[in-house]
Amino acid sequence: MAYSDKVLDHYENPRNVGTLDKNDPHVGTGMVGAPACGDVMKLQIKVNDSGIIEDAKFKTYGCGSAIASSSLVTEWLKGKTLDQAAEIKNSAIAEELALPPVKIHCSVLAEDAIKAAVADLKSKQPA
Amino acid sequence: MTVKTPIYLDYSATTPVDPRVAEKMIPYITEHFGNPASRSHPFGWTAEQAVEEARDEVAKLVNADPREIVWTSGATESNNLAIKGAANFYSGTKGKHIITVQTEHKAVIDAVRELERQGFTATYLAPEPNGLIDLEKFKAAIQPDTVLASVMMVNNEIGVIQDITGIGNICRENNIIFHVDAAQATGKVDIDLEKLPVDLMSFSAHKTYGPKGIGALYVRRKPRIRIEAQMHGGGHERGMRSGTLATHQIVGMGEAFRIARLEMKAENLQVRRLRDRLLAGLEEIDEVYVNGDMKNRVPHNLNISFNFVEGESLIMAVKDIAVSSGSACTSASLEPSYVLRALGRSDELAHSSIRFSIGRFTTEEDVDYTIALMKSKIGKLRELSPLWEMHLDGIDLSKVEWAAH
Repeated sequence: MAYSDKVLDHYENPRNVGTLDKNDPHVGTGMVGAPACGDVMKLQIKVNDSGIIEDAKFKTYGCGSAIASSSLVTEWLKGKTLDQAAEIKNSAIAEELALPPVKIHCSVLAEDAIKAAVADLKSKQPA
Repeated sequence: MTVKTPIYLDYSATTPVDPRVAEKMIPYITEHFGNPASRSHPFGWTAEQAVEEARDEVAKLVNADPREIVWTSGATESNNLAIKGAANFYSGTKGKHIITVQTEHKAVIDAVRELERQGFTATYLAPEPNGLIDLEKFKAAIQPDTVLASVMMVNNEIGVIQDITGIGNICRENNIIFHVDAAQATGKVDIDLEKLPVDLMSFSAHKTYGPKGIGALYVRRKPRIRIEAQMHGGGHERGMRSGTLATHQIVGMGEAFRIARLEMKAENLQVRRLRDRLLAGLEEIDEVYVNGDMKNRVPHNLNISFNFVEGESLIMAVKDIAVSSGSACTSASLEPSYVLRALGRSDELAHSSIRFSIGRFTTEEDVDYTIALMKSKIGKLRELSPLWEMHLDGIDLSKVEWAAH
């Protein structure tokens, strides 16, 4: 399978690999996918008091495209508000990484991970 | 220490032609180009003599009579000829039920499936978790109309060696024709067809340092086994397989099998030592699982799963070594190995498996490089893996409710 240079770059040098304290009220965690499907993504975001995402970390079990998709979104998330984060679309991820059609689901999973992390964070914050 | 990458560790897929074999083949492409079926001039006689000398060599490696060896294009054709040929010949007298095993090569499984479409019935036996057949389960699969059984000697993915004597004896007692795919066995295990209760056996040249495109089928003479030809034409090979013989290919297979007979003992010691070194190195990594029995196994095969690492990214990570993955990644689908699934391995473990197969030209440096590469890449991928993190936290992944997609 031919991977794009951007996928290879993120695969070889993944950005923002790691784990944040999931019990921190400023941290939202999204975990999507299943081992049997060959993809599990864990995405975490940390917001500051003004509601801006100041840190994002990921860990991904999956193919090169899944790793690259999650690595890429951690870069994109930093500096965004939660509402801006929720607007990131899988098509933008797929386009940026030049994912082939069979790998589009990796970008969908990354979008789902963002939504799950945002939802988790919102559920922690007082209404 | 420098090694040339990519390192070839896929000898079970195919082997390079041994230079001694290639050298012997060349004159039969250029000067001795005659058709071995030409009886009226020396060009034909020379070719025929070379073909018969090669037939002797193939027969000698497996202690058979040269008249029991039929040339084919390879083990796939041998398997088709044996299974379809014997099933069709004997179905009228013996019946239409066939027994084979879920972990057979596709050339056997799909030949049996084709017979099912023609009205045969089949039992695909499940192996034990170590890859071996339970003889009692084999016995239990026999029906009054069982005509044929087909069991491979050495499995191509996990390298386990089946109890061919035990299975063959059961077949004899029950008057069942017994075919054995030995494509992966020649030069690795001793084969003595005078003693083995086997009726038909398939061979390939290119798994044993011979050329691709040539193989053979052993067809027992005493008691005589009959097969229906699948290729019709000039009546070559006693009518069992028509088609002009590929003299140079045949010469290559003969030479490859001669070298195997003379050198396999020493070579297998060397290869086993390297395989065991590789295993010892890889076992220093946590959460690795060897697939298939280690005792009843050819010396050059190691099939191992690296838990919590996804198969396709693993293959991407180890591009410096040429190995096979249990994960058949195509652009369209990611299907785990059906062999590993038949052993009861989970999808995840089947996906994260790698088959290392070592051979005649593998060096200790190759093995040490491979161990270091695997350690570093598995470590890196696990750093990235949320499953590995959960495992380290003591979470039982089988009890997690996943948001399947």
